[in-house]
Amino acid sequence: MRFLLRRLIHAIFLLLGVSILTFLFTSLAPGDYFGEMRLNPHIAPETVTALRAQYQLNRPLPVRYWRWVKSVVHGDLGFSFSYNSPVGPLIWVRARNTLLLTVTATLLTWGLALPLGVWSAERLGRLPDTVISWAMAGLLVVPDLLIALGLLLFAARSGWFPTGGLASVGFESLSPLDKLRDLALHMILPVVVLVLTALPLVVRHVRAAMAGVLDAPFLRAARGHGIRRYRLLYRYALPAAANPLISLFGFSIGALLSSSLLVEVIMSWPGMGPLLVEAILARDLYVVIGGVLLSTLFLVAGNFGADLLLYWADPRIRTEPEAK
Amino acid sequence: MRCTRMPSLIQVEHLVKRYSGRRVPGSREVMSALNDVSFSLAPGRTLALVGESGSGKSTLALCLAGLERPTSGRIWFGGRDIVALDEKELRTVRPQIQLVFQDPVSSLNPRFTALEILREPLIVQRSGGRRETSESALAMLESVGLSREMASRGVGEFSGGQRQRLAIARALSLAPKLVILDEALSALDCSVQAQIANLLLELQSSFALTYLFITHDLAMAAHLGDEIAVMDRGRVVEQGVPEKILHTPEQEATRRLVAAIPGSNVTPRLPRAL
Repeated sequence: MRFLLRRLIHAIFLLLGVSILTFLFTSLAPGDYFGEMRLNPHIAPETVTALRAQYQLNRPLPVRYWRWVKSVVHGDLGFSFSYNSPVGPLIWVRARNTLLLTVTATLLTWGLALPLGVWSAERLGRLPDTVISWAMAGLLVVPDLLIALGLLLFAARSGWFPTGGLASVGFESLSPLDKLRDLALHMILPVVVLVLTALPLVVRHVRAAMAGVLDAPFLRAARGHGIRRYRLLYRYALPAAANPLISLFGFSIGALLSSSLLVEVIMSWPGMGPLLVEAILARDLYVVIGGVLLSTLFLVAGNFGADLLLYWADPRIRTEPEAK
Repeated sequence: MRCTRMPSLIQVEHLVKRYSGRRVPGSREVMSALNDVSFSLAPGRTLALVGESGSGKSTLALCLAGLERPTSGRIWFGGRDIVALDEKELRTVRPQIQLVFQDPVSSLNPRFTALEILREPLIVQRSGGRRETSESALAMLESVGLSREMASRGVGEFSGGQRQRLAIARALSLAPKLVILDEALSALDCSVQAQIANLLLELQSSFALTYLFITHDLAMAAHLGDEIAVMDRGRVVEQGVPEKILHTPEQEATRRLVAAIPGSNVTPRLPRAL
């Protein structure tokens, strides 16, 4: 329990630090949301100054930070200039769309990578391993951008899939079942891109971790007892190889909000990606900070989750901290 | 040809194991680990297999335990040639031939408790329910000189000697006929070696075991073995009772092993200063 508490305090300090740094860096960059208005001869300089005062951009940095922290406590996460609304609800809707995409993709990736990696490690150096390794190396060298564009081209030519967005026109008037089908159809392409780009890394890690333990004498002994292949691989070898994989899974969780940004922009998926790109270009300060902070939160939560999983999965970790 | 000259538990005929050097593409490099090995072993006896590193002892152990497929040759066990069996049939033979490995650290699953380690083979072979397997695991724990209270300990909490007792108990939990001890004493220090050697002798008489005792230590081989076979470069070059091997070695490889026994008077003197 003390271990959990310590991790929690770490996490809070980390979030504070990240928020201060993002605040500092964004204010170091010259210009702000109202910068372009100054170049516009139709807008009086006094108006711009008044607007900046209204949004408190003329106040010193610590004051702005303090006001922002207060708004975070209220759940607003600051105010978006371009959307003229609090950042919190704005980001929440977008984050939900992103998570729909990335959670599906992450589950699929791991669901495919585990059996592929285990199979590859079991047949190390033989045909299945060679084929899988080459395929994964191939996927690794093709940029995800190219995969996405290729799939979009395919969708546009064949007309089988929508080329972007989250829902068809008239989505609201569909029956619940049709709504689900429509959503699934829109999700397929971005999810495929995400799975294909994440798969090689995970497969290679699973393969390496499994190959490391499959030679161990205790597995030989188990084979000598006449253990069945499936049980040997998934009850003996996989748990023994699991620790680095659990840490990797933590990173997968941590990247849930950030891994799909590019794909979302290309496939015009209304998630965090397009929102953040627009916000950065428009210097919509608090949206950027909110996005960074939420991503950090996921990263911290992912690592924390991985630690919990490790604690649960490895009896050796469970007993050791007591001795300290 | 089924040989029934004498009642042997296991009979090995012309066993060959080659590893092809597939690491380098295109190369036809072939490594012969076993080069026409034949011997037989009568029930209740101990054959000590000695030889230097790389002479093929461990490969032989793996082939006998069904963990490696020999390139050619036959292994008669229980009236069947186990080389010719498929994986499913082999599974029925596996419990009768068990291995104890050299390193008691890596040969035990680090995530298991002592009880789990001893129960696992029974679960794998589907012999008995939860209570039965636990009970026989605990009994086995006692018969190798460990106490029942240790059953819930993790592997990491045992000493080297205790771990090797555990590994022996695990091998015995399936009531095997043949136990292959592949350098099972080599990782232990001297006093522990003696204890485990005595334990092995006790267990042999109480469970009617047949041992294939693999070692590079000729003195220990002479202590435990009814007979000694000397291996060199994938062949059995000399076989006989310990007295004969020790006192009138015929082969160069045997003489080298005799010379390596500490305190033997034929030890060549090493220069004092290096």
